[in-house]
Amino acid sequence: MSASPILRAAVIAACSAAVSCTGSHHMLDGAGEHARRVAELWWLMFGVLAVVYVLVCAAIVAAVVRGRRSPADLRMVAASPAQERRMIITVSATVAATAVILFAFLVATYSTSDALSSLARTPADVTIKITGQQWWWDVEYQDPVPSNTVTTANLMHIPVGRTVQLILVSADVIHSFWVPNLAGKKDLIPGHQNTMWLKAERTGRFEGLCGEFCGLQHANMRLTVVVQSEQDYQAWLQSQRLAAAEPSGDLERRGREVFVRGPCVMCHSIRGTDAAGFVAPDLTHVASRPRIGSTVPNTREHLLRWVRDSQEIKPGNRMPPLALSHEDLDAVVAYLETLK
Amino acid sequence: MLCALAAPGCKREERAFRVEPPQAAIAVGTRLTSLQPGTPLPARSQENEYEKNAFAMNEGKRLFQWYNCSGCHAMGGGGMGPALMDDKWIYGSSPDQIFSTVVEGRPNGMPSFGGKIPNFQVWQIAAYVRSLSGNVDQIAAPTRNDNMHVKTQEQSAEKVAPADSAPPPPQ
Amino acid sequence: MRPAPRGSGPSEPAARTAEEASLHQELQETWSRDPGLRGWLASNDHKDIGRRFIVTALIFFVLGGLLAFLMRLQLAHPNGTVLGPDLYNQIFTMHGTTMMFLFAIPVMEAVGIYLVPLMVGTRAIAFPRLASFSYWIFLFGGVALYTFFFLNIGPDAGWFMYTPLSGPEFSPGKRVDIWSQLINFTEISALSASIELIVTTFKLRAPGMSINRIPLLVWAMLVTSFMVVFAMPSVMTASLFLTTDRLVGTHFYNAAEGGDPLLWQHVFWFFAHPEVYIIFVPATGFVSSILPAFTRRPVFGYTALVLSLIATVFIGFGLWVHHMFATGIPQLGASFFTAATMMIAIPSGIQVFCWIASIWSGNLRLRTPMLFVLGFLFLFVLGGLSGVMQASVPLDLQVHDTYFVVAHFHYVLIGGAVFPLFGALYFWFPKVTGRMPGEKMGKLSFALMFVGFNLTFFPMHVLGLEGMPRRVYTYLPETGWAGENLLATIGAITLATGFLVTLVNAWWSIRHGAPAGENPWDADTLEWTTPSPPPAYNFLHVPVVDSREPGWTRTSASPIVTGVRSDCREVLLTSLDAEPDSLMELPNPSIWPMVTAMAAGTTFVLACFTPWAVPIGTVLGGIGLIGWAWPKSEDDECEPPRVEDMSEQEKKEGAPRVRL
Repeated sequence: MSASPILRAAVIAACSAAVSCTGSHHMLDGAGEHARRVAELWWLMFGVLAVVYVLVCAAIVAAVVRGRRSPADLRMVAASPAQERRMIITVSATVAATAVILFAFLVATYSTSDALSSLARTPADVTIKITGQQWWWDVEYQDPVPSNTVTTANLMHIPVGRTVQLILVSADVIHSFWVPNLAGKKDLIPGHQNTMWLKAERTGRFEGLCGEFCGLQHANMRLTVVVQSEQDYQAWLQSQRLAAAEPSGDLERRGREVFVRGPCVMCHSIRGTDAAGFVAPDLTHVASRPRIGSTVPNTREHLLRWVRDSQEIKPGNRMPPLALSHEDLDAVVAYLETLK
Repeated sequence: MLCALAAPGCKREERAFRVEPPQAAIAVGTRLTSLQPGTPLPARSQENEYEKNAFAMNEGKRLFQWYNCSGCHAMGGGGMGPALMDDKWIYGSSPDQIFSTVVEGRPNGMPSFGGKIPNFQVWQIAAYVRSLSGNVDQIAAPTRNDNMHVKTQEQSAEKVAPADSAPPPPQ
Repeated sequence: MRPAPRGSGPSEPAARTAEEASLHQELQETWSRDPGLRGWLASNDHKDIGRRFIVTALIFFVLGGLLAFLMRLQLAHPNGTVLGPDLYNQIFTMHGTTMMFLFAIPVMEAVGIYLVPLMVGTRAIAFPRLASFSYWIFLFGGVALYTFFFLNIGPDAGWFMYTPLSGPEFSPGKRVDIWSQLINFTEISALSASIELIVTTFKLRAPGMSINRIPLLVWAMLVTSFMVVFAMPSVMTASLFLTTDRLVGTHFYNAAEGGDPLLWQHVFWFFAHPEVYIIFVPATGFVSSILPAFTRRPVFGYTALVLSLIATVFIGFGLWVHHMFATGIPQLGASFFTAATMMIAIPSGIQVFCWIASIWSGNLRLRTPMLFVLGFLFLFVLGGLSGVMQASVPLDLQVHDTYFVVAHFHYVLIGGAVFPLFGALYFWFPKVTGRMPGEKMGKLSFALMFVGFNLTFFPMHVLGLEGMPRRVYTYLPETGWAGENLLATIGAITLATGFLVTLVNAWWSIRHGAPAGENPWDADTLEWTTPSPPPAYNFLHVPVVDSREPGWTRTSASPIVTGVRSDCREVLLTSLDAEPDSLMELPNPSIWPMVTAMAAGTTFVLACFTPWAVPIGTVLGGIGLIGWAWPKSEDDECEPPRVEDMSEQEKKEGAPRVRL
């Protein structure tokens, strides 16, 4: 019996050695104010509770070692009243200590919650409306001037150090917006409008995911969040406001023809062309996104596979396989690659 | 009783994400008029197996909204376009006739969706359209949407037999 | 000075007087089930029902485990190709549904149905036909669910079926409908079992078993039963609303028409949080029952343990919103639930510390049941501590719906309920089967389970912190999650082997195990004072209890009850203070509960497809219930004694029939 706590310690050590505490979706690698504060709370709780656990295990082991007799020994224990009283005092003291620790955690929790909600009381520098769809993120930057709104999909750029307000709505089922490096998650519930605030504290690229089971491709509903300096962010925003670039070569022009004459326009939109579908991601600047279909990296090969038959990559997603000839496919992909 | 539910259950619950190749299953040889030289051949109507598949009809319902069929036909009650839940079928009510209507387009405002909507999706939409008048497997038909309540759900739709309609012969 | 322990020996007590032998004959005739298959099906002996309930629940456990195994195979490598998303969704939903509704609650109820009447010293469970019904309806529900699953109509929106994903628009077909109906099956089964256990505990205790002498397992089953009674109607309501939304067109969960998807979450979690205590509290009863035999002392802190159980129940109903912290509820409301969730650690802590104190001050024997208790302590405490972490809203907003939660609840459910269950299976194996379980294989099983369990679920804490969400059918290689996932799969293989060893051990021991006597472990409760396995009538004489540990203090000279008839199915009812109150006649075995369960089952399954199920079901159910409640024929009834049989003295004084 005394082997198992050692085994446990070895497992923990191995796990800690094998894994790091940083990563693009590691919640303890806090790059945003929320995530950082929560990580601090985590380490506090983890530290205290690890000590508590070690003490409890030690108590169990000590009790076993102390009480152990041979299996044939069936003598009853005659506990003296004094011993019973001592045990009552010990147990009561332990329970009291438990209550004190829990109360301390409660206080720490409330203070963290309070600090986190203080962000909600500052005016937002950027407001983004996020509509959760099966199985992609519809991201719309709000602006008092309507022509300045920017629509993109599965991608978000935010300026470092500024308060970002996210308005979370859902077009179909319950999703959950979660960027572990930046903040805790919040659900997108049809019929409700939730709001959350973010403040990134360092630049970088971070992964977001859906945190509530939403159907077949819940696993592949990713979001990339790019935190940039104020200037880089404004530059990006400006470039996103432009309509689609005019294609330069013949192949690309043919690609645009295929796009607007074919099935693509039933769902997708490209500002500056006749394509004005509203149920699928806006593709005006699709070439500047890191992923295709929030699943695979945005390379020519993946784009080709996606357009030909996205069901192969993300089975069950809403984009049907298309009957395009090889030439048309090449042309469309060439055109889409120009949409930076 | 459980065994009796077996076979239809399998078909009803199938979820096919990829229909290979997407351009297969075009409706072939549909007729828009009952006029034929000599004795008419027996009516040939291609069966739409999606009419027994709950997933397909649900997809049809989704696509009905997405591709804006509801813009003219509302949720089946009609508006600019004719109603789809009654017994009047100007261009025929069989699955392949509905398929042709969607793909080819029709005079007076029905767009032609051929080449814009993949064929298997047209079959899904056709199956859904037939469910609006209760002409599909009731158990597999869709139920209510998470929208405002505008009509009885398709699963409870009263079965409306298509009246014998054909376009009037040219004068 | 207590008498020498009753050793192992043949099940029949060696020295039986002629009088006792004839009493045994008469009681055996009265209480045995009818012979043959029909008799087996119609039995309302709580031991028959308990045994078949446990076996069926364990079969579902194995099925649920196989499903989990498939999931682990798929997740062992990134971009796994073992299962596609549709099948994976069905499998994880079936895994959760099987474990929560078809294994965990039924098995706890089953052990209660078997043991509670024996522990309180009575011949039968209250409402024996209802007990039979509760088994059959559970079986039919599970069979229906798995039949649908094998026909590709398995539910696929998660075991907790959040709307609108599980609603009519996003879950076409009948998959979610069979899940909804399964709720009806299993909740009716659980409610029936709970009512029986509550009434048995209150009314059928042996005289002298006052409130402060009730064994801790009986206390645990009593409070669990109250939790079931208050929680189950909530989930039945939720699933009823879901069924009508999907089939009739109501708008309970439709925001566009004034409903709210969040309503589902509230009504569901109001049930589902107490449900985990429904699973855990009986396990605490097992632990408190196993400890005295292996620490050679009564459990430390009886009163504290009882009060902790009651506190757990009350606080447990006030926690449900901690599953909904991410939904956008106001901060003040969420804080209340943080406080309540942390608070429930206190009664659990009291129990754990009392148990450690028992071990500390006891003379410990490390046999297999005790090993499982120790394993439970290590694992449950870890799970409880990770639960305390998640009670905190800011932290929960990060770990919610990740593998951290998966790790937490498996630690408290497997560590906190399945380990004590296995300990209980080993502990009561001799009583139920009359054979001792293999000790070496038991220890091997424990070791494999303990190591395998930790290997499987400890890495999941890390996975959760690294951002791996729940219910994903695959993940990308660049996430870095592959290592822990592979480790978890290897652990799952080890854990499964551990379970297998116990199954093999059980099968082997039933055939070749050493015969067990009345009390092979020298334990302290009443069931250990009858032969192993107990005869149909449980006790030759209804005992009079004079201590909290009757298993240790009863001798052949201890007081018994006379006057309870042995020629018909009569039991003694006692008051709250365990004073004899009245005598009651229990019904004979009957096939009608099974027929009624079939009728109800047919109704529920048919209701997925047509509203005609309601009138059909009413008629069929009506027939079943009429058969069930048909009064006994005159020959069968317990007649009052014929006047000539009473002695002159008794006739004159009108003496009480029952004497202690």
